[in-house]
Amino acid sequence: MGIRQGVDVLTDKVKTEKFDVVIVGAGGAGLRAAIAAADYGSKVALVTKSLLGKAHTVMAEGGVAAALGNVDKRDNWKVHFRDTIRGSKNLANWEMAKIHAEKAPERVRELERWGAVFDRTEEGKINQRNFGGHRYPRLAHVGDRTGLEIIRALQDHTVHKENIEVFMEYTVTTLLKSGKTVSGVLAYNRSSGELKVFEAGAVVLATGGIGKAYRVTSNSWEYTGDGHALAHLAGADLIDMEFVQFHPTGMVWPPSVKGTLVTEGVRGEGGILVNSEGKRFMFDYIPEVFAAETAKSEEEAESWLRGEEGAMRPPELLTRDVVARAIMTEVKEGRGSPHGGAFLDIASRREADYIKRKLPSMYHQFKELATLDITKERMEVGPTTHYMMGGIKVEANTASSTVPGLYAAGEAAAGMHGANRLGGNSLSDLLVFGKIAGQSASNFAQTNTHVSPHGEEINKSIEDALEPFKQGTENPYQMHEKLQEIMETYAGIVRTGNDLEKGIKKLENLKKKLPHLHAKGDRNYNPGWHLCLDLKNMIITSLALAKAALERTESRGAHTRLDYPEYDKELGKINMIIRPSPEGMSVIRAPLTKMPSDLKDYVLQEAV
Amino acid sequence: MKRKIRLQRGTPNNLKLEEFEVEVETGMVVLDAIHRIQATDAPDLAIRWNCKAGKCGSCSAEINGEPGLTCMTRLSDYPEGETLTVQPMKTFPLIKDLVTDVSWNYEVNKRIQPYQHTETDGDPIMFQKEVDRVQEFRKCIECFLCQDVCHVLRSHDMKPEFAGPRFMIRNAGLEMHPLDQGDRLDNIRSEHGIGLCNITKCCTFVCPEHIGITDNAIIPMKERVVDEYYDPLKWIWNRIIGKSN
Repeated sequence: MGIRQGVDVLTDKVKTEKFDVVIVGAGGAGLRAAIAAADYGSKVALVTKSLLGKAHTVMAEGGVAAALGNVDKRDNWKVHFRDTIRGSKNLANWEMAKIHAEKAPERVRELERWGAVFDRTEEGKINQRNFGGHRYPRLAHVGDRTGLEIIRALQDHTVHKENIEVFMEYTVTTLLKSGKTVSGVLAYNRSSGELKVFEAGAVVLATGGIGKAYRVTSNSWEYTGDGHALAHLAGADLIDMEFVQFHPTGMVWPPSVKGTLVTEGVRGEGGILVNSEGKRFMFDYIPEVFAAETAKSEEEAESWLRGEEGAMRPPELLTRDVVARAIMTEVKEGRGSPHGGAFLDIASRREADYIKRKLPSMYHQFKELATLDITKERMEVGPTTHYMMGGIKVEANTASSTVPGLYAAGEAAAGMHGANRLGGNSLSDLLVFGKIAGQSASNFAQTNTHVSPHGEEINKSIEDALEPFKQGTENPYQMHEKLQEIMETYAGIVRTGNDLEKGIKKLENLKKKLPHLHAKGDRNYNPGWHLCLDLKNMIITSLALAKAALERTESRGAHTRLDYPEYDKELGKINMIIRPSPEGMSVIRAPLTKMPSDLKDYVLQEAV
Repeated sequence: MKRKIRLQRGTPNNLKLEEFEVEVETGMVVLDAIHRIQATDAPDLAIRWNCKAGKCGSCSAEINGEPGLTCMTRLSDYPEGETLTVQPMKTFPLIKDLVTDVSWNYEVNKRIQPYQHTETDGDPIMFQKEVDRVQEFRKCIECFLCQDVCHVLRSHDMKPEFAGPRFMIRNAGLEMHPLDQGDRLDNIRSEHGIGLCNITKCCTFVCPEHIGITDNAIIPMKERVVDEYYDPLKWIWNRIIGKSN
């Protein structure tokens, strides 16, 4: 990786390299897809904006959900399926949820065979912990750094595959097509600014979410909705875009770390939420649908913590949408903590040594960033933008999008989580569907004739990518701030039709300013230029989000409408699809497919 | 409150230290200040970062000469009136400003023998106490600060001969894995050059994950290598049975 200065913009001077499968993104989903595609005989390019092993998967803390049944033998895929559908407020694609629940244990065991070292039970098996919305202890974990373990196991497995080439610090700007089929991508090398065409028989988008459209977020800079926007511009459908998960527990103090994640594992290990009056308030927020499997009193919750059979789980472990709204309500009604959150207490619940062993990175995070010892004091926490349930609409068995040759997996894809994702289901999702996407893309590439992308299209994409170096006046950093302000004000954790309409107008105005963005300096490792290009993706994805949110006139899961606070029975039967149209994007209502009756029975069963 | 920060700017043939004045708030870390400078004064200022929570190891730099993660180093750790100097890691080739080319590390990783699983009937059984040490090494976030500070790499530039502390713990994590079948000692000795480490412990000192790199990984592995290859009785025995090193 030497230092290479910019190249001439003429197409014949841009380097082109051919692959069977190009995978965009090297988080868990991208890595797993690359391994699968390579195992099926494809020549693979793994293109990542960051260095290998730095993708957002690294930040996943609590664990990977898989019904291994190591801690509670009653667990099996059916219960996992049931919990996922219930957590999704019935909007998840049942086929995806079924495949996910069935395959997750196999994917986790496979990681162990590749060298991952999970925490152990006393019998020496993979240990599993409790998490919100999961009926039984189900999350295989490594302290509170499960994501790191998974990405490292995948990364170390990947580097020994002969037919995978990793392109670190390359950002994809355009999906190239030949006719209706995807035929490659244009990308730039972040270090040198050099452009490169990756020709491909099939492309997998594994680009993560859109957290950076919000100011308070647990997400890294990479989360700019790239895959969502690339797919949309290539003509693909997006689905469930109104559903953004706000994780209930992000840090709220000091200001510079506002939004940084505090793992749900704290509550899984017995941590409780308390308001400024010292009240354990979650007992006041138990929804009807979860009442049967939630403790009614502190005494019952205590006996659950001691592991007594028959006791129900504490209300702190309700699904994330419920807990996030509860904290918001407490703050709004004047019972918040000094910096506008709630208190999360593990200090009085567990011994210091236990906390340090089970939650080591939380211990360090608070000690180093907030000068607070979580083994002695309570934390202050509040909701933070965490995960995009919406994304590229994919077919369950193949992870194929609505555009031929284009596949998606992980957070960039959608359907698996419906209106709310259960903690731990993202790591299992990316393993299960990463593999499926890699396999299908490989199959597509090997069975279809590849037609190279057209020179004119490439030229146009190059021009777009270099546009910010021309005369312009808009500062990308200021525009980013503006975008975050719009999204937080008009399409945040609680929404109204009025606000969303205003927000959409503002986003459309911002979109009009995109051609005026200006990048100072040259193409050599220039974050200002990078941000100019990221902003386009963020604004397109934010618009899709706001438009779907306006259309869903009800409150369900992570989508809360103050003007429509209840469930709407009819809207509970449809997904919102964002489809490219001559006006930009249109919202289409798509009925859910019918769930077979045996699966429906699992969902309806109380505390299986 | 305002603070003065000096940043190394430019490319290898065109280097300078540029001073900026930044508005700072409670709790701010060095990376926050750098982001603020980017947004206001230097939009093309290059810094590599990802998670801003000490979990990804991307934002390594040298702060007042001391290697650290810019996202976990608080401005308040330094006296108010003092001008802070942030420079890129010295051991790796500079790309621009605070960003270095760390790709050599990824090449070393490729040369490490992959994990070789012992197939078992049913689920693999490993006990927590057996994997505690391995898990300690697997906490590594690949910030490469240990590589940066290691004098074998930093002062003597012996990159071809010595894999560096990061890959010593990677090797140790495999070597001590209860179900790994690989025989790595020869590799660790010859290709990865464990003998070149003379235990100054600088790597352990800078590790943001507090991994006992020297005591828990390098020293035990040196001992294993010595037992295997430099034990005089073993050497004589191997000569008798006709096995050579």
